[in-house]
Amino acid sequence: MSTIVYITSSNGLGKSAFEAVTYAKKLGSDVTVVSTGLADAASLAVLGEYGAGNVLIDRSVTSDDAQQITRIIASAVEKTGANTVVFSHDLIAKSIAPRLSVRLKAGLVSGATSLPITDGGFTCSVNVFSGKAFGNVNIKTDKKIISLLPNSIQPEVTGSVCSVEDYSGNAGETRIKVLSTKKPEGEIPLTEAERVVSAGRGMKAPENWGIVEDLAKVLGAATACSRPVADIGWRPHHEHVGQTGFAIRPNLYIAAGISGAIQHLAGVNGSKVIVAINTDAEAPFFKAADYGVLGDVFEVLPRLTEALKKFNATNN
Amino acid sequence: MKILVCISKSPDTTSKIAFTDGNTKFDENGVQYIVNPYDEWYALVRALELKETLGGNVTIITVGTAGDDSVIRKALAIGADDAVRIDADPTDAYYTAAQIASYAKANGFDLVLTGKETINYNGSQVGGMIAEELDLPFVSLATKMDINGTTVTLEKEIVGGVQVVEVDLPLVVSCAKGMAEQRIPNMRGIMAARTKPLTIVPAIDVNTLTSFASYTMPAAKTACKMIDPNNMDELVALLHNEAKVI
Ligand SMILES: Cc1cc2nc3c(=O)[nH]c(=O)nc-3n(C[C@H](O)[C@H](O)[C@H](O)COP(=O)(O)OP(=O)(O)OC[C@H]3O[C@@H](n4cnc5c(N)ncnc54)[C@H](O)[C@@H]3O)c2cc1C
Ligand SMILES: Nc1ncnc2c1ncn2[C@@H]1O[C@H](COP(=O)(O)O)[C@@H](O)[C@H]1O
Repeated sequence: MSTIVYITSSNGLGKSAFEAVTYAKKLGSDVTVVSTGLADAASLAVLGEYGAGNVLIDRSVTSDDAQQITRIIASAVEKTGANTVVFSHDLIAKSIAPRLSVRLKAGLVSGATSLPITDGGFTCSVNVFSGKAFGNVNIKTDKKIISLLPNSIQPEVTGSVCSVEDYSGNAGETRIKVLSTKKPEGEIPLTEAERVVSAGRGMKAPENWGIVEDLAKVLGAATACSRPVADIGWRPHHEHVGQTGFAIRPNLYIAAGISGAIQHLAGVNGSKVIVAINTDAEAPFFKAADYGVLGDVFEVLPRLTEALKKFNATNN
Repeated sequence: MKILVCISKSPDTTSKIAFTDGNTKFDENGVQYIVNPYDEWYALVRALELKETLGGNVTIITVGTAGDDSVIRKALAIGADDAVRIDADPTDAYYTAAQIASYAKANGFDLVLTGKETINYNGSQVGGMIAEELDLPFVSLATKMDINGTTVTLEKEIVGGVQVVEVDLPLVVSCAKGMAEQRIPNMRGIMAARTKPLTIVPAIDVNTLTSFASYTMPAAKTACKMIDPNNMDELVALLHNEAKVI
């Protein structure tokens, strides 16, 4: 069996890339990574440690044009005879994987949270109905595409660095002209973060976010917020989580001054451990949380930050 | 300017989610359907705004059964000119996309809009699949869109940021928050929606690529452990020793 993992290198190689390669390896197959972008060979070779046998990089495409990348992956599928393609379910995969599915007539599981079950079919679990249930999707075609939800499996080092080859996948012309790209520097992308500190209207005003950021800093966490907070401009839109914002599933989600409305929970209830801090004992978040603190964020957050500093000092 | 907007339904977020037939079917009993918020608030409303400034026609399309007509009428009440329902159960994303692409090819549209995703099943597949079927560029998760002649300028979400791109018509765009503001249908719109044309089109033959084998409900959460707000050392210890997340 042979599997291709597509990894864009334009954002640097992060944890989700290691997860996707680990996942492909666990499918019990030879893993070829197909990549585009500008990453240097040395950083791509690291993917071998997670199970890649080889990396093919097409440097002719440096944007995220889904049509071009689809052609490159399809050409690599033909070259290697791969029967499965794995993506990490990020914004880039969301535009490429459906195109590839049509091109290869290969069934796609979008946002898989598990390895496939293969007795009598090929079934992966996904979140459905805003995370209120799991659906088990069966891929009926011989060729299969799996887009893996970030934080669904732990990256595992099983091998050593692999070879990296330049590859030309006949990308063709692009029809999408990139005029500009804006990326805030040095922040952890929310969807990749293992820990997230999130805050809502209970913070009262945007100038109070310092204590949220302090806590995020000692935890090495990304920051997020509820929708009204983004809507009134207290926080940037890319921090908005929930049904209409980003869906995330970090290991630890700390919700400060957020009520826990069902539309908010829809984006965060896949988190492994949830801590809710709220002054209202009836706040719905306490029903979804693992740990609850009934208290004022303006007292509890600084206290928690201090406690973590103490913990870090003795444990690091 | 001919714009096609893909509309799907989704259960009202407060709906109780349950399954029947040995957990293989969604239990529709008592479920209220709404127009999928992304399709309505962002794709449809932006299409109407573009029509208002550039002229043209906005058609909405749904792959669904007769039960979906009430959801289609809701979308018509917001202001679309006419509606098409492809008469079939949209069993998988590929099946749905192939139906819409076939209709779009036969009828020629300048712009095909979808929502970012449906909140029930597919998770951002249908738009990209339509684009591949039609061999058109696809801009996903667009948060802004302006059209000047045949040139479309879009802002879209990328990992950890925003990108501005330019593409020529025709193209397929999936729409996310930021595109437009929700419009509340008024009485006149609701009345007019009753008589707007809704064409029922038979489905073409397409094989599905995937199927939902079954559903599982998540394990019930164990009760939340309450921590003394004066004792954050205890919370840190629990996160370390019990939850093992720090
Ligand atoms: C279709 C639809 C989609 C939606 N999508 C989203 C979405 O994607 N994401 C989202 O977040 N929301 C979404 N919403 C909105 C959602 O329903 C809630 O209105 C929103 O999540 C509430 O935000 P909040 O908890 O910050 O504010 P509030 O509901 O105002 O809650 C503030 C909370 O802070 C607590 N508090 C106040 N002061 C303090 C203090 N000093 N210390 C500690 N706690 C304090 C209060 O007890 C309260 O629980 C959506 C709504 C609809 C209808
Ligand atoms: N049955 C359907 N009929 C029409 N459009 C649909 C249907 N299902 C999905 N779509 C469109 O495709 C988008 C993405 O859906 P999905 O791939 O299911 O996440 C939705 O926001 C709709 O615009």
